Amino acid sequence: MRYAMAVDTKKCVGCSDCVVACQTENNVPIGYCRDWVVEITHGTYPQLELEIRSERCNHCDNSPCVRCCPTGASHYSDGGIVLVTEDKCIGCGACISSCPYDARYPHPDGHVDKCTFCIHRVQKGQKPACVEVCPTKCMYFGDLDDPNSDVSKVLKKRKFKTLIPEAGTKPQLYFLI
Amino acid sequence: MKEELIISGRMNYKVDPSLHIWGWEIPLYLFLGGLAAGVLFFAGLYYLRGKENEYQSAVKWVPMITPFLLAIGLGALFLDLHHKPYFWRLYTTIKLQSPMSWGAWTLMVITPLSIIWSATYIKDVFPKWDWKYKWVDDLVAYFIEYRTQLAWIMIIFSVILGIYTGILLSAFNARPLWNTSILGPLFLTSGLSAGAALIMMLSKNPLERIRFSQIDLMLIAVELTMVIHMFMGFRASTEVQIEAAALFLGGPYTLSFWIFVVFIGMLLPAFLEIWELKGNHIPAYIPAVMIISGSLMLRFIIVHAGQASRYLY
Ligand code: SF4
Ligand code: SF4
Repeated sequence: MRYAMAVDTKKCVGCSDCVVACQTENNVPIGYCRDWVVEITHGTYPQLELEIRSERCNHCDNSPCVRCCPTGASHYSDGGIVLVTEDKCIGCGACISSCPYDARYPHPDGHVDKCTFCIHRVQKGQKPACVEVCPTKCMYFGDLDDPNSDVSKVLKKRKFKTLIPEAGTKPQLYFLI
Repeated sequence: MKEELIISGRMNYKVDPSLHIWGWEIPLYLFLGGLAAGVLFFAGLYYLRGKENEYQSAVKWVPMITPFLLAIGLGALFLDLHHKPYFWRLYTTIKLQSPMSWGAWTLMVITPLSIIWSATYIKDVFPKWDWKYKWVDDLVAYFIEYRTQLAWIMIIFSVILGIYTGILLSAFNARPLWNTSILGPLFLTSGLSAGAALIMMLSKNPLERIRFSQIDLMLIAVELTMVIHMFMGFRASTEVQIEAAALFLGGPYTLSFWIFVVFIGMLLPAFLEIWELKGNHIPAYIPAVMIISGSLMLRFIIVHAGQASRYLY
């Protein structure tokens, strides 16, 4: 099993509903976020091109954050989801420095926090909160090992990219382009 | 011209707009670890070379400072932890892939070792010293028998500790400035040179001072070569590393790096030491303080600049 997510940059309108849904679902402290929206403008006026992406932890296959964690708090869970065990984390910050996407943050309670792909929902057969709530249905989630999952199907049809593949992290968050 | 404008809705504390998860604690910890490693390395080395009585400061009493240096360093590391009640988790796991983990374990070996080494010499340095309990006396006498073995372990672990202070950073490929394997040897050399400078500063024996001044000169030459090498490597590498090097070549860290680390920390003391070796008199503490402060600044600047260097996507 290998969970992954695909985000359609052609459909995302940058409404930030996914951000709010995550904050509510996961009780993210005020002022912090586990997922966020990036808007990138390329070109010169009037030839402008806009790309909007909803980003979060890439649940990398080769995660520097898991590798550098001295206590084993950062670890791989079911289907390659990268998680932090709160009461094993000493808050040393190594994993925060190691993530090229800056996907982690120090929780005010001291431990490190990040996207969990809503593992508590996924284990019940539900979709992550961000995927569920998106008004344009631009996100696809599922098991890459299952050819009939939403994410496998859309990745078969569409062109996609990952972010900073050259960092060697083997990210599992795909962006449809 | 093509332009690219990136707007992100993320504003996480200590992560955005640019990473600053590590403040003064980690650089201080790396500096003190490096300095202690330098002192212990020379203590072991000159003991094994039979210079115990010739270089008394290096072998016998300057190492007595290292347990304090290491304790303050560990204290700084502890202050850096955001989840302090769980710090003991560091010592319930050994993760070889995590420099933070094996560094913490290295400290667990070298700190007691530095205390034992100091204890075996305490009666040489303070003749009136009394351990009060007989079993401590016996234990210390036992360790005195094994000084050669202790010296070997100390040399090995001080090199590991010195290299670790650099590898802790160079293992992060997310921060292009840190992601160069030369950082390990560079920080090791800088720690050795700071250790030699401390011995030179505290020694009362002119011969010992001259020896450590020569050692420092050599180490500074090695450091300068590595610094040049590091920038050559960056300039010939990928765009993110070229940008990382630019932080020091015209960017915001240019003045502080070249003035405090290279000029005051390496070139000027080297010049003063050559001047002194030629027979002129310069108080030993002047070049020594410069070298030690340069070593401290190197840690601060690299830790901070590294967090400012990143992949843009
Ligand atoms: S995106 Fe960052 S936090 Fe998430 S798995 Fe990859 S390296 Fe770790
Ligand atoms: S902050 Fe926590 S999760 Fe991150 S590396 Fe340190 S102990 Fe591991």
